[in-house]
Amino acid sequence: MLPEHIRSELRAIVGEQYCLDRQEALVAYSYDATPMQQALPDVVVMPKSTEEVQQVMRVAAGHQIPIVTRGAGSNLCAGTIPVGGGIVLVLSRMNQILEIDEQNLTITVQPGVRTSDIHQAVEGRGLFYPPDPGSMVISTIGGNIALNSGGLRGLKYGTTKDYVLGLEAVLPNGEVIRTGGKLMKDVAGYDLTKLLVGSEGTLAIITQAILKLIPKPQTQRVMLAMFADMAQAARSVSDIIANRIIPGTLEFLDQGTIRVVEDFKQIGLPTDVAAILLIGQDGEPQAVDRDMEKIAAICKNNEAVQIKVATTPEEADDVMTARRSALAALSRMRPTTILEDATVPRAEIAPMVAAIQEITERYGLHICTFGHAGDGNLHPTCMTDARNHEEIERVEEAFAEIFAAAIDLGGTITGEHGVGIVKAPYLEWKVGAAGIEVMKGIKKAFDPNNLLNPGKMFAKETRNRVVVNRA
Amino acid sequence: MLKEALIEKLDYNELSNCMRCGFCQPACPTFRETGYEAASPRGRIALMKAVADGVMQPDQDFVDQMNLCLGCRACEPVCPAGVPYGQLIEQTREAIEEVQEHPTWVKAVRKVAFKHLFPRQDRMYRLGSMLRFYQKSGVQKAVRKLGVMRILPKQLGEMEAIMPEASGTGLKKRFGTTVIPAAGERKRRVGMFHGCIMDVLFNETNVNTVRLLTEAGCEVVIAEGQVCCGALHAHSGEREEARGLARKNIAAFRQADVDVIVSNAGGCGAMLQEYDHLLANDPQWHDDAKWFAERVKDISELLVELVAPETWDALPQSKRITYQSSCHLRNGMKVTKEPVHLLQSIPGATYVQLREGDRCCGSAGIYNLVQPEMAGNLLNEKMQHVAATQADILVTSNPGCLLQMKAGIKRAGLEGQMEAVHLIDLLARVQKKAAQ
Repeated sequence: MLPEHIRSELRAIVGEQYCLDRQEALVAYSYDATPMQQALPDVVVMPKSTEEVQQVMRVAAGHQIPIVTRGAGSNLCAGTIPVGGGIVLVLSRMNQILEIDEQNLTITVQPGVRTSDIHQAVEGRGLFYPPDPGSMVISTIGGNIALNSGGLRGLKYGTTKDYVLGLEAVLPNGEVIRTGGKLMKDVAGYDLTKLLVGSEGTLAIITQAILKLIPKPQTQRVMLAMFADMAQAARSVSDIIANRIIPGTLEFLDQGTIRVVEDFKQIGLPTDVAAILLIGQDGEPQAVDRDMEKIAAICKNNEAVQIKVATTPEEADDVMTARRSALAALSRMRPTTILEDATVPRAEIAPMVAAIQEITERYGLHICTFGHAGDGNLHPTCMTDARNHEEIERVEEAFAEIFAAAIDLGGTITGEHGVGIVKAPYLEWKVGAAGIEVMKGIKKAFDPNNLLNPGKMFAKETRNRVVVNRA
Repeated sequence: MLKEALIEKLDYNELSNCMRCGFCQPACPTFRETGYEAASPRGRIALMKAVADGVMQPDQDFVDQMNLCLGCRACEPVCPAGVPYGQLIEQTREAIEEVQEHPTWVKAVRKVAFKHLFPRQDRMYRLGSMLRFYQKSGVQKAVRKLGVMRILPKQLGEMEAIMPEASGTGLKKRFGTTVIPAAGERKRRVGMFHGCIMDVLFNETNVNTVRLLTEAGCEVVIAEGQVCCGALHAHSGEREEARGLARKNIAAFRQADVDVIVSNAGGCGAMLQEYDHLLANDPQWHDDAKWFAERVKDISELLVELVAPETWDALPQSKRITYQSSCHLRNGMKVTKEPVHLLQSIPGATYVQLREGDRCCGSAGIYNLVQPEMAGNLLNEKMQHVAATQADILVTSNPGCLLQMKAGIKRAGLEGQMEAVHLIDLLARVQKKAAQ
């Protein structure tokens, strides 16, 4: 617990109601959506303005107290677990949409605005903010920016980084910086906007953001294509792109996932197929129809055993149900669900899925894979039980091999969830020792006393790289 | 010690099944009001687990947080992992109740209500007669004139003002028999669950339910020996009392040998449907509990199944109708489409969807009496959405919700423009005259 005089300084800034150190509050802000991770903070502080954030930061700097910034706590990398104790700074009260600028096509928001509220606010005006992470009904935009969140629309529309034009952020010394602006072009100095996106709360506290908007696509259509062989599905993905079509959605489910989903929902999915692709296109009605026809033909060419094109919104809903239910169905199997996000170049999806299957079998685990086929971002999902320590050890070994396999195929250890605590031991595998040194240098330049989100991104020790002879 | 009681009662497997994704939070009324993690289902489960894991002591904050939960269970349908939150909160409240030292007067009130009133239907009817005397004899008028209600807490006063006409005559006396034959060919033998408060304060709704059922081809049995469903007990931590009531109801309906057990109150129906969970550790009763739970249906499900839409007469004047669903009907019994389907099939009615009609109105059993501030906030928001529908009729499907909606209409100054009606009473109005 922090000494009384520090707590009273914090209370004076945000008010008694928003500076909590009772047991209940410490437990409630000791976790996020990451399995098996928990640590109690010393105090929970909920500021209402940039000025209050600055003052809290100055108190923390004065007494060398760590600050972990938190939005909804929906991340999957243990990015908001206060491993070093200190202050959990909850920004959910800073939840105002400050402006929608229809001339410049931007929206200016505070960090605590919910992602889906942004969607709702702009879509009512015929505008579009594409990033749609799976947790968008609860996640905050501040968290999305800090972790550079992705989603289903990554292939065609990119991810959060492609929509952040400007930021206001509080530095560890309490000063405020403003980067970028309502500008499509801005080369004045280092691109600090891009640097802060995905910095996981380790460099500064984001207190405001200007986001880019685009016109909302007029129409949207979806279809399912089922394949007896994973390679045929993967070839279809490559052929669609090679035919100069960029679908709005291009998702896939492997056989394990299909069986679990069908078992759970009974929506008539054939459980003998090896893979299902869920393909969607949006845009001008005529162009969308033309693309859907072409895509269906490509899938047929690649020996799809069944193709279902939705013709009504209800049918579209049915089609989407298969993908939307994947996580729900999988998470009901066992108490603990570990959802990873190893990512490979899209042409390497078939070998990656095969590698995951082989590793799963070798370790005697239950891992199903679904994900974003269009951008190579896979979600190998392990159903396990945190109470079974022996099994959890095998899970860790298996995932280490999966990360290694992804890197071998030119991929990465994490496509959209972030490094946080759980991927930190593997970061060096991806970026190399020199890469780590540069990143540590950047961290030092922003936060010399390591006050912001300590224990994240950089591990005390890098895990030994597993060398497996894959014949 | 509360800690030991919690460890004993809580289903640790289900606590572990919560993966902390947080998808429950947008659906949770208390989280939406407060924005406070601990006041969300994910937060409350984390607190329960922290106690079970020895990370925290269950202090007064813990108890308060558990009591702030409405028990609306809106978190259950949106939970990807299918965690039965309603059961976890009831287990927690049972543990709290077991060790809690109430002031003497609270103990007395609880004892009278939970042990001597709700479980004894004869006493409920006698209370109904007394209430009726109060309403009819002029005492109520006098009391209101004297302004006695002003000294009661606001919520109690509001409830007194909208209290429906009570009845001391139960369903059985009204029909003079326990088996009412089907009109025409018998399609089902249906056991009518009349409820405790329902049969006293909403006796007319019960009578209408029987009439709609017999017209729909059901032989209706008013199973003798049935008692209160036990929902209020279970929600207040009196699970053992609830088990006793469950056994009585199971025996009564087993004896009546019915195909279906029908309820017209979402709160009761959801409880009845969970008797198998309630008696999971009672080997002697478990099979019968399962038999019972599988047969429970809401009246709307049965009507959609058995009644052709042409059955309904047009409303005398065209009306805009909106629907506030009962939380336990929706989240407990998972009945969502049927009531709307029935409303849409009434000629002359225009159905308008109520924004956030799937969100708790704040009634939640006796929640509006024990947590007036939160309940009041929820009701005010609810009435804003209700007013926006510009509906003439606000339909709901549970007695507590109905009373809360009546109070809300009064509070929002919508009296004279809008009436709150139970779905069954509205359907009774449009039941074809020739068929009656």
